[in-house]
Amino acid sequence: MAEKKSLGKEFSKGIIRENPVLRLVLGTCPTLAVSVAVTNAIGMGIAATLVLVCSNVVISALRKIIPSKIRIPAYIVVIASFVTIVQMLVKAFVPALNDALGVYLPLIVVNCIILGRAEAYAGKNPVGASFFDGLGMGVGFTFALIVMATIREIIGSGTFLEGIDSLTALFGATSFTGFKLLENPIGVMVMAPGGFLVFGLVMALANKVAEGRGKPKAELKGCDACPMAHSCSLHGTEESCENKEKEESAS
Amino acid sequence: MIAIFLTVVLTENYVLCQFLGICPFLGVSKKLNTAVGMSVAVIFVMALATAATYPINKYLLVKNDLEYLQTIVFILVIAALVQFVEIILKKFIPSLYNALGIYLPLITTNCAVLGVVLLNVESGYNFAQSIVNSVGAGVGFLIAMVMFAGVRERLEGNDIPKALQGFPITLISASLVSLSFQGFSGIVENIFG
Repeated sequence: MAEKKSLGKEFSKGIIRENPVLRLVLGTCPTLAVSVAVTNAIGMGIAATLVLVCSNVVISALRKIIPSKIRIPAYIVVIASFVTIVQMLVKAFVPALNDALGVYLPLIVVNCIILGRAEAYAGKNPVGASFFDGLGMGVGFTFALIVMATIREIIGSGTFLEGIDSLTALFGATSFTGFKLLENPIGVMVMAPGGFLVFGLVMALANKVAEGRGKPKAELKGCDACPMAHSCSLHGTEESCENKEKEESAS
Repeated sequence: MIAIFLTVVLTENYVLCQFLGICPFLGVSKKLNTAVGMSVAVIFVMALATAATYPINKYLLVKNDLEYLQTIVFILVIAALVQFVEIILKKFIPSLYNALGIYLPLITTNCAVLGVVLLNVESGYNFAQSIVNSVGAGVGFLIAMVMFAGVRERLEGNDIPKALQGFPITLISASLVSLSFQGFSGIVENIFG
């Protein structure tokens, strides 16, 4: 199936049609945690995209060598290596971002998007297609992060692009340090409840848009409802939660 | 010790305040019994993972200036540990395996487990404090899951606008549950401060 699609399609599907955050509901933890400020969202998006593209390419290149039984640990080693590299780069060049992202930077390792794409796509498809799949998914992730962060930062902190100079300093520009928009921001939006709320509303909007185009919405049922199904070793076997549920409802 | 425990259970609840372990929180909280099963497995694995990674970090990584390998080493230790626990349980305690077994594979990629291990190191906790923090994080996870499972059972059968059905309404209810947890902020400092 992959051979028939053009590489451009591999790339663009991740941005809207199969947006990892809004449509596939993957990688929710970093999305909620990092989307308090647009600068953090951009930084996290770039870091995750780098890891996603690199690990997709390497896993795809090794797909015939890795035995299927130990593929999950093998994927994790590949992903963890790239995360460590990215972590060191961020620490060295953008220390402010490293402080802002904190523990979520190393936690890219367990970001379901990356392992999910490795399992669902890169492990089965050629290197070129996997590269564009990773890039598209990464851009889609960044896009969703920026959308959420924009809403939360403007309402919650009353600023926009605050602290962006820590990123642009890499290119020698430090004069622009963000806008100040509101005098009395609603602080709860940058706290945990605001994160859940904005995420829910943005996802509802994405569903609405997709529905208008006749695309089915994300369903909550059995293994499909489980964001971890891709990395679950019982997925599709008799012992899976899906079948357990069926057994329970039958009895 | 008690302060650490209460802080991590209530004011800094991993799920509702720090956004760690959201995937199982949304995925497995549909029914009360599965929510409890998953949470007990998480408490178990968190405590074990902390007990295993603490000495590795202290006596292997820090001693040899290899702290930058923490991410790789910890995730591998957790993955191996989970697999190991699964095999042991299957072989020797089949009743426990039947209760918790299906949740174990999901825990490897649960960011709360890796998160708690990394945060223990970052906070500079000693061994006992790390264990307390991990168990507390697990208990906090259990409380959040159980509460949320109750909320979600209420949601079923309600008339919800089409675009909001499924995940969006789940997230909005999570927002309200999380809002109620914000009420705990400051409580631990006031008791022990």
